[in-house]
Amino acid sequence: MATQATVNQDEKSIWGGGNKPLGASYGKLMMWFFLISDALTFSAFLVAYGAYRFKFETSWPVPEDVFTHFPFLHGDWPLLYVALMTFILIMSSVTMVMAVNEGHKMNQKGVTVWMFATIIGGLIFLGSQAWEWYHFILGDHGAVRLEDGRMAHIADHNGETVSLHTLIHGEGAEHDHYEKFATEDVIAAFKSDSRLQLLFPGKNRDIASHNASLPLIEKSYVVQGANMKENEYGHPLFANFFFFITGFHGFHVFTGVLLNLIIFINIIKGTYERRGHYEMVEKVGLYWHFVDLVWVFVFTFFYLV
Amino acid sequence: MSDHDQPSGTRWIWNVFWLLLIVTAVEVALGIIKPGFMMKAFGGTIVLNYVFIILTLVKAYYIVMYFMHLKYEAKTLIWSISLPVLILIPYLTFIVLVEAGYMNEVTLK
Repeated sequence: MATQATVNQDEKSIWGGGNKPLGASYGKLMMWFFLISDALTFSAFLVAYGAYRFKFETSWPVPEDVFTHFPFLHGDWPLLYVALMTFILIMSSVTMVMAVNEGHKMNQKGVTVWMFATIIGGLIFLGSQAWEWYHFILGDHGAVRLEDGRMAHIADHNGETVSLHTLIHGEGAEHDHYEKFATEDVIAAFKSDSRLQLLFPGKNRDIASHNASLPLIEKSYVVQGANMKENEYGHPLFANFFFFITGFHGFHVFTGVLLNLIIFINIIKGTYERRGHYEMVEKVGLYWHFVDLVWVFVFTFFYLV
Repeated sequence: MSDHDQPSGTRWIWNVFWLLLIVTAVEVALGIIKPGFMMKAFGGTIVLNYVFIILTLVKAYYIVMYFMHLKYEAKTLIWSISLPVLILIPYLTFIVLVEAGYMNEVTLK
């Protein structure tokens, strides 16, 4: 009897109100529950990407062949640029932890400095993503789209991709990213060199010999760069998922920068100094780390796997 | 509040940072080199992809536990946050990818 009463008393004192049973404030709990739902949303997107990649396994572009540019460097640098973007985001996560850490010590100046660094990191990341999108949309080698919807790159006798630029202007000509090529010119140039073949982008790198390619390229048209309908890299859904998933993540980063900016202004105004704690920095920090966390997964499933 | 359990100073922050950086560097190196012994087919994909996924989960663990501070929250909170995610995401992944593999077979015929 007595034991029963004690248990009830304990239950009541924990869950009966006026107490924090989970040891966290309302705002922090709600941020965590929002992040759970957001994690499920992102996982649904990435799983959908995986599903269509499995379905169209043979014509799905190999990411290392797509994202090969690095600012101010010529040639192919697969993965390096996204690795840099990952580094920027991890770094801005570190500055955010630093800001939270200074907040615990009620050091207004410290929070201001680290929060500012976090905002700058977020802006650099957004800029990098804009650069990445720009090059993805502009295109690299150029390709032809066959009548059956398949994408094909022009390849030399070794099976190495030949860009439309090299095909028309020859090896060593000054490269112009913006030049658009007419379908007739590309078909004529392809026909005139019997060493050229068609390469189908994808992990198998299937090749159609010159003679087998002739009837195919006759009814094709040139595709340069990427949009929502078609892209030179391979299956159209690849670009759609790229725009959607990295775009949705970029939107999260953008929102995060805005939230950080609002908190930053409040820090300068001394709002949290008067309030007696810097918990708002912790809450916005949770969101910011989550954005970093999602990027870790996007990096793996879009660029590595 | 179990806040007092957390490490003080900034050393632990840089330790986590170096860990995340090194794991990322290893991932990029593996992605560029593609070591032959990891290219073997295994369970629907290649061994290398499993290595990538494990390394990613390691990074995720450190971000959530240390940067997001989950390790030092109340036990009830840790479980109510991690269980929904740990159950639902693998479940979704499993059913959708199994179906996708089937769709792939059907499309090829």
